[in-house]
Amino acid sequence: MSDLLAARSQMAVSLAFHIVFAVIGIAMPLMMVLAERRWQVTGHAIYLDLAKRWAKGTAILFAVGAVSGTVLSFELGLLWPRFMAFAGPIIGMPFSLEGFAFFTEAIFLGIYLYGWDRISARAHLWAGVAVAVSGVASGVFVVIANAWMNAPTGFELVNGQAVNVDPIAAMANAAAVSQTLHMTLAAYAATGFAVAGIHAFLLLKDPANAFHRRALEIALLVAAPAAVLQPLSGDLSARHIAVHQPVKLAAAEALFRTQPDASLTLVGWPDVAVQETRFAVEIPYALSLLAFHDPHAVVQGLDAVPRAEWPNVPAVYVSFRVMVAAGTYLALVALWAAWLAWRRADLAHNRWLLRAVALATPMGFIAVEAGWMVTELGRQPWVIYGVLKTQDAVTPMPGLVVPFVTFTLLYCFLGVIVVWLLYRHIIRSPAVPEWRGFYMPPGSGERGAGSST
Amino acid sequence: MTLADILAGIVFVALNAYAVLGGADFGGGVWDLLALGPRRERQRELIAEAIGPVWEANHVWLILAIVLLLTCFPPAFARLGTLLHIPLSLVLIGIVLRGSAFTFWRYGADEEQRHWGVVFAIASLITPFLLGTTAGTIASGALGEARGAKGDGFYAIYVAPWLNPFPLSVGLFALITFAFLAAVYLTLEAQERELQEDFRRRALAAGLGLFLAAVMALLFSLNGAPRVRDGLIFAAWALPLHLLTAAAAITALAALWVRRWRVARAAAVTQVSLILWGWALSQYPYILPPDLSIAGAAAPAATLRLVLGALALGAVVLLPSLYYLFRVFKSSVRAT
Repeated sequence: MSDLLAARSQMAVSLAFHIVFAVIGIAMPLMMVLAERRWQVTGHAIYLDLAKRWAKGTAILFAVGAVSGTVLSFELGLLWPRFMAFAGPIIGMPFSLEGFAFFTEAIFLGIYLYGWDRISARAHLWAGVAVAVSGVASGVFVVIANAWMNAPTGFELVNGQAVNVDPIAAMANAAAVSQTLHMTLAAYAATGFAVAGIHAFLLLKDPANAFHRRALEIALLVAAPAAVLQPLSGDLSARHIAVHQPVKLAAAEALFRTQPDASLTLVGWPDVAVQETRFAVEIPYALSLLAFHDPHAVVQGLDAVPRAEWPNVPAVYVSFRVMVAAGTYLALVALWAAWLAWRRADLAHNRWLLRAVALATPMGFIAVEAGWMVTELGRQPWVIYGVLKTQDAVTPMPGLVVPFVTFTLLYCFLGVIVVWLLYRHIIRSPAVPEWRGFYMPPGSGERGAGSST
Repeated sequence: MTLADILAGIVFVALNAYAVLGGADFGGGVWDLLALGPRRERQRELIAEAIGPVWEANHVWLILAIVLLLTCFPPAFARLGTLLHIPLSLVLIGIVLRGSAFTFWRYGADEEQRHWGVVFAIASLITPFLLGTTAGTIASGALGEARGAKGDGFYAIYVAPWLNPFPLSVGLFALITFAFLAAVYLTLEAQERELQEDFRRRALAAGLGLFLAAVMALLFSLNGAPRVRDGLIFAAWALPLHLLTAAAAITALAALWVRRWRVARAAAVTQVSLILWGWALSQYPYILPPDLSIAGAAAPAATLRLVLGALALGAVVLLPSLYYLFRVFKSSVRAT
């Protein structure tokens, strides 16, 4: 394994690991705050139990996210010192702002987790809101930095040096809005559906459990709107890359030749050697239509750049299809649930919906990982698109396979432990017999209030 | 004083805050490992309760220092990452294991509980030692540009700078410093007289160990870190700084002796901060001695001005939040 490949692999493993916890850290606080608010409004202990249980899960996941995020901030220098030496002055600003947002998040999470008996109920809820808001802010700042790597701006290149640096212009780069929107929605959809899916699965086994019913409702409330909006945000992203990163779009669609009236490939296998997509099932004009909202628009193909500047076409192509398929599934399930809710049907009674939601548990995270592979692999061989190649950014230190293997083993170990701990301590039915029924206290304003079983 | 000097100072303030806050959390892990006697379990419980609500916030000081460094002094960040790849990677493994093991121990607890406590404690031992070693390597002036360019072997470039008596003695010094701070803070956290006495004895012992480690580091600096040596002995500010540090150290130990816990805490924080600023002053104007100066490593003025503005705005949010955090968890006047 070459040092460059080892460094890229270590960065990929670190990001793929961290992003799961980062995404949960964005969306989970919102759900725990909603549960706590329901508790304050209805006075029913189910919601308190739910808020506390979600908070406990958040505590574990946030801690792993915090330390794996620390690893990433160091790895920028450990693996890509030449990238940071160039990019630091231009794009360090959002990292610094992220530092503050993360600080706020950590402070108020400490207050939230340990402050149940120490501060007023109102202050406690607001501490949770502060965690939720600063969590979103952290994510947005980090994604802005990544967006700049895709759409670098805010400097002039003179003899390989960046001059006239303008960090504000760098933050306001062309990819910033579409990427941050797409990522934030993804965080809510992925986390919300993962939680909803777990509770749907438990409801299938234990259909009358009021605890899981309430958990499912709150999780879907967070997940469904995000999942429905996500395809629209995806359209924004696609139209952005069609103009600003045409090679990435061409790789995602395996479009070898620049052409008007470009058709969209649903499935097929891109054969890079002969520059054709085998077994292709295509929709005519659809790619031109999606990329430029014009069926006859010219879409740039891979032939627009030298062969040496192509990303790994099959990897980007497959990742893109995985992301779109998983995202579409979530959007359809979300629409189905919304339609049922609009017709005032009982979601927890519809076993087909529960099965579909249970199946959605990993889908959001699969889409998130695949989406990052599209954007990161699709930018290669550049680390800063059109400015700095990844191979010129890597550290001169040899033997990088050693840290790569070490951190991979460490993360595999941690991943197994986290899943096991969540399974053992968080994901289980509460030991409150009366919640086993559909019981809800009279006058609580809940559907089914006063009824039992 | 230039804009770059101000930002370098702010990076160092963040490091100082990390040392006296985050450092003490590591020190708590050390005392968890060394928990002894009939009150062993109560000591561990007290340590975990003291660390629990604040360790993540305390940890962010390090991240803040790192992101400010990569924004304002990118060549320094790049050179640190390159030449100190090995110790910094080990620090990261320590940080990951310490944080996750602590959380697993506190939230996933049942029969396997103590395993995670042990991982937490051992990671708390190794991480500060390596952080101190990193600081010692910087101070020793071994991270010069010339070293990387000479085309030496792997060992000479990536290992020799830090695997040296002086950096390692600074590592030991950092470890004992953090243990000392933790023991002093824990005298205030303890509700019971007996636990207070436990940590009073530990604080006194660590205070003595701190003195010995300082002497050792100073001896090694004679050969290993000429710039630090010269700065700490010959500079105009050296004598007053030594007198102040000594006064703070003696005050901390005396206050522990007569059980004035709050005075001891204030004096211990002052002592550790003065030592850190002594280091900073001794290598000024260099950010990475012997050749990378603050001015030479500084990002363009446009970036520095913006970061300074962002820091001012961020402080408006951060400082009241931190005050609130510590008021909620650390303010109650406890057993006397």
